[in-house]
Amino acid sequence: MLMYVVRRLLQAVPVVIGTTFLIYFMVFSMPGDPILAMFGDKTPSPALYDQLAAQYHLDQPFLVQYGLYMKDLFTGNLGTTFSGESVGAVLSRTFPVTLKLASMAIAIEFCVAVVLGLFAGLRKGKFFDNLTLVIGLIMLSVPIFVLCFLAQYFIAIKWGWASPTVGADTSFSNMLLPAIVLAASLFTTSMRLMRGTVIDTRSRDFVRTAYAKGLPGRRVIPVHVLRNSLIPVVTNSAANFGVLMVGATVTEGIFNVPGVGNTLYQAIIRGEGPTVVSFVTVMVLAYVAINILVDLLYAVLDPRIRYA
Amino acid sequence: MKFSKSVIGGVTLASASALVLVGCSSTGSDDEATNSAAPAGDAIIKTNGSEPENPLIPTMTNETGGGKILDAIFAGLVYYDATGAPHNEVAESIETEDSQTFTVKLKDGWTFTDGTPVQAHNFVDAWNYGANLDNAHANSYFFEPIEGFSWDEGVEEMSGLTVVDDLTFTITLKQPQSDFPLSLGYSAFYPLPDSAFEDMEAFGKAPVGNGPYTLASADDWKHDVQIDLAVNDSYVGERVPQNDGLSIVFYATPDAAYADLLANNVDVIDTIPDSAFETFEADLGDRAVNQPAAIFQSFTIPQDLEHFSGEEGALRRAAISMSIDRQLITDTIFQGTRTPASDFTSPVIDGWSDSIPGSEVLDYNPEKAVELWAEADAISEWDGTFQIGYNADGGHAGWVDPVTDQIKNTLGIDALGNPFATFGDFREQVSNRTIGTAFRTGWQADYPSLFNFLGPIYGTGAGSNDGDYSSTEFDDLLKAGSAEADTAKANEIFQQAQEILFTDLPAIPLWYSNVTGGYAETVDNVQFDWHSVPLFYEITKN
Repeated sequence: MLMYVVRRLLQAVPVVIGTTFLIYFMVFSMPGDPILAMFGDKTPSPALYDQLAAQYHLDQPFLVQYGLYMKDLFTGNLGTTFSGESVGAVLSRTFPVTLKLASMAIAIEFCVAVVLGLFAGLRKGKFFDNLTLVIGLIMLSVPIFVLCFLAQYFIAIKWGWASPTVGADTSFSNMLLPAIVLAASLFTTSMRLMRGTVIDTRSRDFVRTAYAKGLPGRRVIPVHVLRNSLIPVVTNSAANFGVLMVGATVTEGIFNVPGVGNTLYQAIIRGEGPTVVSFVTVMVLAYVAINILVDLLYAVLDPRIRYA
Repeated sequence: MKFSKSVIGGVTLASASALVLVGCSSTGSDDEATNSAAPAGDAIIKTNGSEPENPLIPTMTNETGGGKILDAIFAGLVYYDATGAPHNEVAESIETEDSQTFTVKLKDGWTFTDGTPVQAHNFVDAWNYGANLDNAHANSYFFEPIEGFSWDEGVEEMSGLTVVDDLTFTITLKQPQSDFPLSLGYSAFYPLPDSAFEDMEAFGKAPVGNGPYTLASADDWKHDVQIDLAVNDSYVGERVPQNDGLSIVFYATPDAAYADLLANNVDVIDTIPDSAFETFEADLGDRAVNQPAAIFQSFTIPQDLEHFSGEEGALRRAAISMSIDRQLITDTIFQGTRTPASDFTSPVIDGWSDSIPGSEVLDYNPEKAVELWAEADAISEWDGTFQIGYNADGGHAGWVDPVTDQIKNTLGIDALGNPFATFGDFREQVSNRTIGTAFRTGWQADYPSLFNFLGPIYGTGAGSNDGDYSSTEFDDLLKAGSAEADTAKANEIFQQAQEILFTDLPAIPLWYSNVTGGYAETVDNVQFDWHSVPLFYEITKN
């Protein structure tokens, strides 16, 4: 088990180096000059331009810029934004917000998917099953920004049940609306997986045996059917969690959530190389960590899987 | 076996909920910290803004996100009222006889929020620091007119600035410029306390000012989220706050701010999203704001573009200008949130006129346009495509396409937009002169003066003269206007200078951007000033 974790972690090293290089290269080759963009429609004097370019190493060739960045990265210095804040501070401010939003969204998604999927599976082909299918397909096919705007307009502005934006107040109740919207856009796959596995599990021998030895349905369903149907749903929800940790840019933008996606978007627009690369590096690490965790969860839920 | 498995399963669930709890607790403590530092009183005005793109140092801040905060926490020599008229703020008087040497006397009794007095050296030191090339401050060009300023080397102290006594200093310019005192209300000219120079980096995170509001603690600036400004009790000027503080919320999109306004979650906003142009006046009623601003939009045709120089060029420029129906586009595309241009400046600026001789060239006149185009064809036959370059990330396609369509339909030539992916890319092509087509240009005034719309853009060799226009006659008039001490007379000369622009058309004027905004039922006395920002100190909460 421990060896497995160590091996997985070692595999992450080339992944991180590779991604930082790629991302840095992509930011570098993005068309446009960030210093000129800083001045809007006005043109800076050439002398001032040169000064600023030197300050951000923008006058150096690509490999030198990348080298300087990696050197700083390994000494724990993630660079500074154009406004003079350290990128480390920006990260430690935005990641908890996104982590909280993602956790809330996945918690909601997981519960909804398991409950609806279970009952749909138990009533296969009946009205409830079809109803969840239709609702799920609608949620899955409507683009997320449409869901966001509809929720914002009706729930927050028209009916006044919630605040239309999150802003400074990242409390549980204030983030509930965006979390529900995110959950709504994600739950379909998990729900259908749940339904499928429930149907599959119910026809298994051990379930028949359980009924045969006289166990009532209220014991067979939760203990034998539900538990054994959870594995694919957990995997899928965990993968979704990884995706959300990388920042739900659109949702965070519409609900003004001060999280990772929002901040990264602004940094890309401004062409702030160090900020973008540092964010992406941490995202890659988070994604790798969550994937290792998911693989370990398999072993917990399914004793047949063993890692040497 | 079964039992142990469910325990482990429970552990996983518990750890997942622990993640949620960690998230809660870390932000929870932040909230407590800010509540304790929040200003007293509950009439806090909430408005929209954006995270400053630079440290909060006046000479470094050249964008509106930081500018809005600086204008609230600093007081300069003069301030502008809603109409753009300057009033002395820290200055007792600004006197000159030749428009070249100015004697500035300060009022007694002003202090920074750290208790130190505001004296002549606070202005002179701040300006010298901002102007020094070694410091690479974005606003250094504001000090260019001052004697001793240099683009070639770092200058510690400009020779044009002399401290006479604690409350008096003199400014000597390189050449006469009558509107120079008008520019002194711009944020680049704010004073800095002595403590700023000990550690400029720290100062940029927690600035100490002398304005109507103050950043009480560095913690009140919650980066990327909002900044809370308290009323400055030691402020002795005329911009006395009628509320208990200001909370500027940073929005990622104007749509989010507008949603908050509709829910009375924010008190006043100064940007209406494009998506609400059609509806906002109906949504907000008399709480909607839609008035011309000091923003001029045009497209520039480079002087060396093929077919656009000399006599042929003048004819073609006029023909293109006359083939655009500006009123139609401002009404249908912009839903009345732009005002068709009638000169090269802005209606909010003192001295603006809609009847400068030659301005007929801005009227939609397809017959005349075709006629002029044919005259130009007689000189040299037209070939190719007329293109307008723009950045695709700024929502410009919406008007570039109809404008080029109108040119195409009126003149019977190929006309197209020429989009660039990002603003940075677009500006790079423009400033390297590699764009090879006409391109969109815009100008937002830094201070309310006709000259500020003309000199920096059309003066020979000027910093933002992206089309490389050059006319000695125009330059001479600019110089004469600058030397004229009487503002009314100077404005007359600047209008004459515009007559030349109407003949040469270095840029084709399109329209003035309006400031579009609105306020909630929660506030009164909302007035937008000349540069599209609400006068926050006047706003009262009900």
